[in-house]
Amino acid sequence: MVYTQRMANDLAINPFKQDFPLLAGNPQLTFLDSAATAQRPAGVLDAQRAFYETMNSNPLRGLYRLSVEATQAIEQVRGKVARFIGASSAEEIVFTRNASESLNILARQLGEMLLQPGDEVCISIMEHHSNLIPWQEACRRAGATLVYLRPNDDCKITPDEIAAKIGPRTKIVSITQVSNVLGVENDVRAIADAAHAVGALCLVDGAQSAPHIKVDVRELGCDAFVFSGHKLFAPMGVGVLWARAELLEQMPPFLTGGEMIDWVTETEAGWAPVPQKFEAGTQDAAGIAGLGAAIDYIEKVGHEVLEQRERALVAECTRRLAELPFIRLIGPAKPEDHVAVVSFNVCSVHPHDVASILDGHDVAIRAGHHCAQPLLAWMGIASCCRASFALYNDSSDIDRLVAGLQEVWNLFNG
Amino acid sequence: MTNANVYTAALMEHNAHPDYKYEMDDPTHVHQGVNPSCGDDITLSLRVEDGIIDEAAFQGSGCAVSQASADIMADIITDKTPEEALELGKLFLAMIRGEVTSEEELAPLGEAAQLQGISRMPARVKCAELGWRTAMTMLADDLSK
Repeated sequence: MVYTQRMANDLAINPFKQDFPLLAGNPQLTFLDSAATAQRPAGVLDAQRAFYETMNSNPLRGLYRLSVEATQAIEQVRGKVARFIGASSAEEIVFTRNASESLNILARQLGEMLLQPGDEVCISIMEHHSNLIPWQEACRRAGATLVYLRPNDDCKITPDEIAAKIGPRTKIVSITQVSNVLGVENDVRAIADAAHAVGALCLVDGAQSAPHIKVDVRELGCDAFVFSGHKLFAPMGVGVLWARAELLEQMPPFLTGGEMIDWVTETEAGWAPVPQKFEAGTQDAAGIAGLGAAIDYIEKVGHEVLEQRERALVAECTRRLAELPFIRLIGPAKPEDHVAVVSFNVCSVHPHDVASILDGHDVAIRAGHHCAQPLLAWMGIASCCRASFALYNDSSDIDRLVAGLQEVWNLFNG
Repeated sequence: MTNANVYTAALMEHNAHPDYKYEMDDPTHVHQGVNPSCGDDITLSLRVEDGIIDEAAFQGSGCAVSQASADIMADIITDKTPEEALELGKLFLAMIRGEVTSEEELAPLGEAAQLQGISRMPARVKCAELGWRTAMTMLADDLSK
C-alpha cells in the first residue's frame, strides 16, 4: 500500500487499523493508551514467529548454519536501529530489555565512573520514574546532588532555566525528549549544548519520542539515547541503548557472564568488544527480529505520514475536549506542542473513576500518576487522565472518548 | 458494558452525599488510611463504648469508590461489636477478592455487597478496601491489646 497525505490528515479514514490484529479483532475497542504500550502490527508478530520457526538457535555461540542465521538476524536489526536513530555505527547499539534497563545501565555505570561528592546530576521534573530513580540512587551512592530543570507555565524548559541549572558542578544531564504526561518536546539540542559547555554528558530518554518523531542522535547532539521497543510497535522485552562508541568503550559492563567476554581464567576475565560487552546472556532474539519488523513498518508508512496523522489526532482531540466545560486540559496550550499525548482531568471526578467508567464503554485510557509522581506533586495534582495516540486511531475513537466523558460528567452530576 | 454497574445510583449517592463524612467530637479511636498511588486518603474515627461501636465517621478525599465504600462501611459497623465489625471486614475483603460469591454468604454485608463487581476490576480493589482496611487495622490493634 502507498501511504498518502490524505491518510495522514483525514481522520475519518483508517487504513492502518487492519494492520494491527488486536484492533482489527476488537472493533468495539477504543485504545487510547499507546504511550503505555503500543499495539503490534501483524508483520511484527510474524517476524517473531518466523524467528522461532525458521532460525531458532542460540545466536553468537554456534558454529552451525542455524546459529549463524540467528546471529545475522540480530545483527541486521542492529544496523537497522542504528540507521533509524542516526547512529554512526551498528556497534553503538546495545540491546536491552527496555528503556528502564538502558537508563539503569547508564546511571549505575556512569554514576560510578564520573560522580564525586558535591557533583550534580541534572534531570527535569517531568522525567518518568525510569529516568529519575536511577539518578536518585546514583547521587545517593556518590554523595552527589540531583538538580531539577523545571518548565515554565507553558511546560517549556527555557534557556534561562537551562543556564541556571547546568553549571560547573554538573557532570551528567539526563533528559526526556518528550514528556509522557505533558506531551511536550524538550529542546534537547539546547540542553546537550549547555551540558557539553560545562564538560558534562547529555543522555536522552527517547521512550516517548522515538515512536512518534524522527530521531537523529547527531542532530540532538547527545551522548546517549535510549528507547523501548514495545512503545514502537515492537514486542515487549526489547529495548535499545545507544551511546557514542568511546563512551561505551569506557563504561564497565553492567551484567557479566556468558557472551560478554573475550577470555576467562580462574581469577579474572577480559571483556568482549562493544556492544557484546553489555549483552550478557542470551538476548530475546525473536523480540529483536520483531523490533526490526516494527522499524520496517514505520518506514513503510513513512515518518511524515505517521507524524502528521498523530498531530491531526492530537489537534482534534484537544479541540473536542476544550469544548467540554468540565474538562481541564493539562500540558502546553498549543495542540501542536503535544507529541501524541493529551492529559486532562474531569472537574471534581477522580481520574480512576473516569478511567473505570470509560472502560465500561470500551474506551481504554490511562489514569493515575503515570510514573511521574514528582511532576504531578509539583503541579499540585495527585493524578490525571491521559489519552495517547498512535497512527491506528481515528476520529471515531475521539468521538467515543468525548461521549464517554460526557457520560462520566452526567453520572456524577445527574 | 463490563463494569460500569459498580457506579450504581446508590454508590453515586453515597459519594455525593455521605452520611458519615464529618469530624467526630469525641472519638475513642482515630486512624488514617492512604493509597499513596491513588491519592485516596481517609481518616476514620470510631467511638467504642461498652464493647459497641456507637459512632463511626470518616473524613478525607479520594475516588468515588473509596469514598462511597467508606460511607457504606461506617453505616454497617455502627452498633456492632468490634469483633463483629472485624468479621464483616474479612467477609468484605473475601468478596472483593472473589473468594466469596454467593448472595447468601454475602447477606451480612447488606449494602456493601453491591460492591461485589469490584472483584472484576483489580485496579480498583484498593479503593474499595481502603475504609475497611483502615477500620480493621484499628480494631485488630485494639483487640490484641
